[in-house]
Parts: sequence; C-alpha cells; structure tokens
Amino acid sequence: MSAATPNAGMSHSARDVAARRALAPHTSMFVRMLVRAAVLRRGRAVSALFAMVVAAAVATAMLNLYVDVQAKLRREFRNYGANIIVVGRDDSGRDGASLPPDALAHVDSVLAGRGIAAPLGLIVARTGDGQPIVVAGTDFERVKQLDKWWSVSGWPSEIPTSDATTAPEMGHPGLIGVRAMAVVSPKGQAFDLSFQGHTLHVKPAGTVQTGAAEDSRIYVSLADFVAWTGVQPSTIEVAASGSPEEVAGIMNQLTQAIPAGDVRPVRQIMEGEARVLGKTRATLLAAAALIILTAALCVLSTLMGWVFDRRRDFAIMKALGASGRLLNGFFAAEAAALGATGALIGFVVGIGIAAWIGRVNFHAPVVPRWSVLPVVLAGSMAVTLLSAILPISLLRRVQPAVILRGE
Amino acid sequence: MFVRLVYESFRRQKRRKLLAGAAITLGVTVATAMIAVATDVGDKINRELRTIGANLVVTPQEDSLDVEIGGVNLKPPTDGAFLSEADLPKIKGIFWHNNITGFAPMLPVSVSIERDGKPQDVTLLGTYFAKQISFGTDSFTTGVRTTHPWWKVSGAWPEDSSRNILLGERLASRLGEKSGDEITLAGRSLRVSGILSTGGAEDDEVVASLALAQEILGRPDAVKRVYVSALTKPEDAFARRDPKSLSGAIYDRWYCTPYPQAIALQLTEAMSHSHAEQIRQVSQNEGAVLTRIEGLIFLITLAALFSSALAVSAAMATAIFERRAEVGLMKALGAGKLAVASIFFAEATLLALIGGGVGFVAGGVLAHQIGHSIFNSDISISPVLLPVILAIAVIVTFAGSAAAIRQAVGLDPVFALRGEL
Repeated sequence: MSAATPNAGMSHSARDVAARRALAPHTSMFVRMLVRAAVLRRGRAVSALFAMVVAAAVATAMLNLYVDVQAKLRREFRNYGANIIVVGRDDSGRDGASLPPDALAHVDSVLAGRGIAAPLGLIVARTGDGQPIVVAGTDFERVKQLDKWWSVSGWPSEIPTSDATTAPEMGHPGLIGVRAMAVVSPKGQAFDLSFQGHTLHVKPAGTVQTGAAEDSRIYVSLADFVAWTGVQPSTIEVAASGSPEEVAGIMNQLTQAIPAGDVRPVRQIMEGEARVLGKTRATLLAAAALIILTAALCVLSTLMGWVFDRRRDFAIMKALGASGRLLNGFFAAEAAALGATGALIGFVVGIGIAAWIGRVNFHAPVVPRWSVLPVVLAGSMAVTLLSAILPISLLRRVQPAVILRGE
Repeated sequence: MFVRLVYESFRRQKRRKLLAGAAITLGVTVATAMIAVATDVGDKINRELRTIGANLVVTPQEDSLDVEIGGVNLKPPTDGAFLSEADLPKIKGIFWHNNITGFAPMLPVSVSIERDGKPQDVTLLGTYFAKQISFGTDSFTTGVRTTHPWWKVSGAWPEDSSRNILLGERLASRLGEKSGDEITLAGRSLRVSGILSTGGAEDDEVVASLALAQEILGRPDAVKRVYVSALTKPEDAFARRDPKSLSGAIYDRWYCTPYPQAIALQLTEAMSHSHAEQIRQVSQNEGAVLTRIEGLIFLITLAALFSSALAVSAAMATAIFERRAEVGLMKALGAGKLAVASIFFAEATLLALIGGGVGFVAGGVLAHQIGHSIFNSDISISPVLLPVILAIAVIVTFAGSAAAIRQAVGLDPVFALRGEL
C-alpha cells in the first residue's frame, strides 16, 4: 500500500487533472498524500490524534487553572473580613478620634465595587446597674457581608420596618454579644443604656458569637448610635479584593482621600493570605509540570509508533526518488497538521474541564484564558514535530530496499 | 519453554523493554508523587493557615465583660477572674496534643509611663515570647513567635527570663524611644530590646514577659487569656452537634475528631475554671479555604493519574505493535491465541512490577523534593501504598496492552510475516 494508490472516486476528466497538476504539481500531490495517509490508516491516525487532544486538553486545563486559581482563592480569603482598616487620629497621634462624616462615602468611591467597607463607632456606656459596657454603632447590612463568620441568631435589620418606626416604645433593635447578653438581658428583655446623661432603650434582636471582642459588645445601628451619642464612627473596616498590588493601590488612594485617618493593612490577614496562595500556586505548578510532561510523553510514544509504522511509505517515496528535504517536509507537515488539530480540539476540551473544576470546587466558572492558546498550540506542534523527526532521522540512514523487504 | 520465551524476550530486546519500562516508571512516579502530595497537602496548608493566628482562645469561666476599645482596657486590671499559669503545660496533655502547634498566654496590665515628665497610661501585655515548657517527658517551645508569626521586631526579641521589653511602634514614635533605650515604667527602669510592629492594637502597647506583668499586677500565676493554635478538621454538620446530646460511641467519635469544638472542650477540661472557644474569624474561614485547596489538588491528582495511565497504555500499545512479525512466527509454528496472549501478558506484568517498583521509589523521592522546596517540610509516602500502586500499575499496563495484544493475536501469520500490515 502506498500513497500513490489511484483514487477510485475521482470523477474529473484526465485533462482537467493534468491541467491542474501542471499548475501546481507539488502542492496537489503533497496535500493528497497527507490526507490519504490519514484516511487510509484511520485507526492509528485517530489514536495519535486522540493522544494529542488529551495532552492538549490537560495542558490547557492546568494552565488555565494555574492562572485563575489565585483569583478564586483570593475570593475565599475575603471571607476573613477586613484587610485594611481606616482609623481616625487626633492631633497627638492617638487612635480613636472620629472620622469626618463623609469618610465612608470616600471609601466607597475609592473601592468602586472592588470590596466592601463597614463603619464602626465605639463608646463605653453604662448599663442600668452602672456596669461599663462597650457599645458599637455600625451598618448591619455591610457587616453582614464583611464579617461572614459572625454567628448571629437574628439580625436587627431583618426586623420589619413597621416595628423599627415604633422604636421609641419598642426599643431600638440591637445585636448583643453572647457574653454581654448574660449581663444586660439574661431573659431577652429590652434594657436601657446611658451615655453622658442620654439614655437609649435597646431591644435585643439577636445575639452574636465570634469568640473575640465582639462577644462582649452591644451593636446598634449607626443612625441610632449617632443620634444617641453624637459621636461619629472612628473606624472603617475595609475588605478590598484583588492582588497585593491592587490592595496597595487602594490603600494609597484611601490615604489621599481621608487625610484625617490612618490607613493600615491588617497584616495578620494579608501575610497569611500571601503565604497560603504562594504555596498553593507552587504545588499547582509542580503538578501541572508533571502532568504536562507525562501527557507529552504519551504523545511522543504514540506518534513515534505511528511514524515508524509507516516506514514502508517512507521507503517507497524514497525509492521513487523523493529528496530528503521533501520527505522531511512531508512528515513535518503531517506532524504539524496533527499537532494543530489536536491542540485546537484539546483547547476546547481543556477549557471545558477547567470550567467544570471551577464549578465543582469553587462554585464559580473558571474564565477561559485566551493567552493559554498560543502556548498550548506551540507546545503541541513542538512535541509532534519532535516525535516525527526522531524516527525519520533514524530511518534516513536505512536503504529503502531493506525496509521494503520487511527487515 | 514459556519462561524461556519471556526471559529471552527481555534479554534480546533490551531497548524496547527499556522504552516501555521507562514509560511505566515515569507514569508510576508521577502517580505516586501526586498521591503523596494530595494526601499530605491538607496538613501542609493547614499549617500555613496557622500563620493567620490562633484559632482557639481560653478565658476564665467566670470572667466579667471586657471593656476594651482599640486595645485599651478601661476596666480595673485586677477585676475579674484569672487562669492559672501552672495549668498551661496541661494543654500539651490533651488527646489532640500533637495538633497543638503552639499557645501564648496574655496578661494585660495598665501601667504609667513617663512622657515629658508627665505620667501617661499605657497597656503592658505580658506573654511568652519563645518559652521552654515541659509536660511529663515532653519539652517544647511556645509563645507569640509561634502563634503570632506576623509580629515583626526591629531589634531583638527579649528573653522570657529577662526584664527587657518590646515597645509598640506607634507608642515608640510618640515617646521618641528606640531599641536599646532605658525607660521608666511602673516605677521600674527597663531596657527596650526592640520595636514591635503588628498592624494591630499592640502597636500602641508595651509587650513584656508574663513574669514581669504578673509582678507589676501583684498576682503571680495569673493569666487573662490563652491563644491556642491548633490543626483542626473543617467543621461539618456532625461537628456542630451539641456534645451533651450525643451518646456513647457517637460521643467518642465526636471527641476523637480534631474539630475546633472538640479541641475547645478538651482545653476546657484540661484547665481549671476555664472556658475555651473557637475564634470564628480564623476557624470558620480556615475550613472553607482548606476544603477548596484540597478539592483542587484532589481533582488535579485525578488528572495526573489519568494522563499517566494513558502514557503507559500508549507505550505498551506501541511496543506490542512493533512485534507483529514475532507473533506471526509463533502462530506459524502452531502457537494458539491463548499461548501468544499469555506470553505478552506475562511480559506486561513483569514490566509493570519492575517499572512500578522503581517508579514508587522515584515518586517518593519526587514527593520529598516537592515537600522540601514548597513547604519546607517532609512529604513522605507510606510503604503501605506500594502494593496498591503496583496493582494499579499492573492493571493499567494490562488495559493498555489488551487492545494491541488482541489485534496482534488476530493477525494472519502469512501477512504478518511478509510485513504487509
């Protein structure tokens, strides 16, 4: 069997063919040999293509995940809450002074959707029997998104507004820390707090448990807090999303936007995040390198088998007078075509795999990275060319007669 | 005859056998290394997550409310109950003591400090820096340097036995002090060994050894709270069940799982008059991050196993395909399909066992390398996995060869010998 097998399905007249061949004698034959070789030896061509597709798919999926995983994990880390805090400073450099009333609006405009910020005002009030207790004013809707780890039995903001409007009689809804609850309202009843002669009637809407300072505090809405104490929030907690550079940029902008405040990173969170992300990415890179290496080897062995198998084609072409350059070109073109087809199909499959992993593991799709395509394409072509050239350079030293005799 | 055929095949076709064997070895190496990494990565990432800080806190059971704003405690320091320092080593005696990576006691005390001749109130925090503690025959080092790795000191960390102190960076810049200076604090002259930067409330505080804080407070043995850093299992529905409602065997299972709740309960039992609780910001999120990373590595391990299986299959198929003439000869001499197939399968098994064994060792070395270069700690692979890996190698090699062997056995000897297929 050879590539010169007459094409039984050919319906053109001989003259047409002759005329066409006169125009482009080499190209036509070259293309025909490529196509027929693949069609006639379908089984082996398909298995070589399959190996190529699998390798390209795995490589695409791994590279895509490698690029995307950082963004995905950063989102998980934002559940740790604030990574930046803005603290009001007085003239002597001490913390705890009020921030200007428009500070939160400034923070929001700097963030522009790249995170969430919650204001926090803190004072020490007295309970009915004169015990000191920390009362915090905050925006419950924002805190709910910022501090997802809070274990809350009922948010004050979820009380129907009709109740809230009747607040003076019913009491202002408050969120009570579990340890504070035992002191101020063991039975869940409403209670009074006093601050500089002003009294606030608080009705517990629920309790909050965090295992930290929040457990000993009472939270009321910022509007109630300001109306009661006349104190503006002194702290804004900011959870900014993005890479370390983006977060540093946001911090710079915040420093400029709020000169009265001191903008500080929460180092505890930022350093832990950087470490865990770095290690995860390094592990992923090692895994990706190993997987891509085995996939490339799989392609290499399959393709080398395929080319070796066709040593008779090679011998016949050589016996018919094909030059070494033509033979090299032929097998190289074949390998390149296979590599490109496999890479394209594999890219699509790989994007699918990456998207699936994203959905199963991170509950968010992994966005296709087109920048991966040229890398995969070039890698595939390189591997296929290598696996074609190796056997060819071995075969070139052998006389065609020896191969044709089947030795 | 059968044994000799197999033996001669290995002896005479060294190059081919080497190629197929190399493919199997490489496949098994990658599979072994990835399995080792996947089984250990949870523990490794868990340790990295500990850099975010302690996930459990122990407080006195009968404690009064904290009245603390921005790290400044507005309550009289003698108010409320205390834990006993003598109970601290018992933390290393609980059931999950191997999961406790460190703990640090804290005792805040209000002290006055001289500034421009005027006294000023600041908080002095007494703690362990890196203290040697022994429990039974065990000896270990613990303190804030383990539990609070984001604390940075410019200058030197004080010794736990010394009377040197650290100054928070904002406090230091207000006072105009630097490391090496002597300052007067609560009537004592103390040397500042370094400036502490934490990004938190401690930047406005003085940090000293626990013994010094106890001396200033006049309460030896007193500790206000203890931060405990423990490796825990992500919380699930079972973890959230109330241990009091669980019976016998189920309670034992709950107690013997390193859930944050179970470790908190054991800490409460270990220290008298104490109450241990998880710090939800750390412990809750830790579980989520850990689950995601473990899930990712698990899926990638599957991909690695799949691609190494394919590589082995492809190599075996190619190797068998090249030996059609041999099959033709055997069949021409009267060998049945079964005889031919069993020779190939025997060869495949031998290759799989040798390649699998070598690959297992190489995979162990590779996992070790990955562990050291990424996590600075050892990833070891248990020898128990060897039979499993070998079995997988044999199965994959068989599966990879099966199609090629079937095709080879089905050949007509005449065509095969003429080399026309």
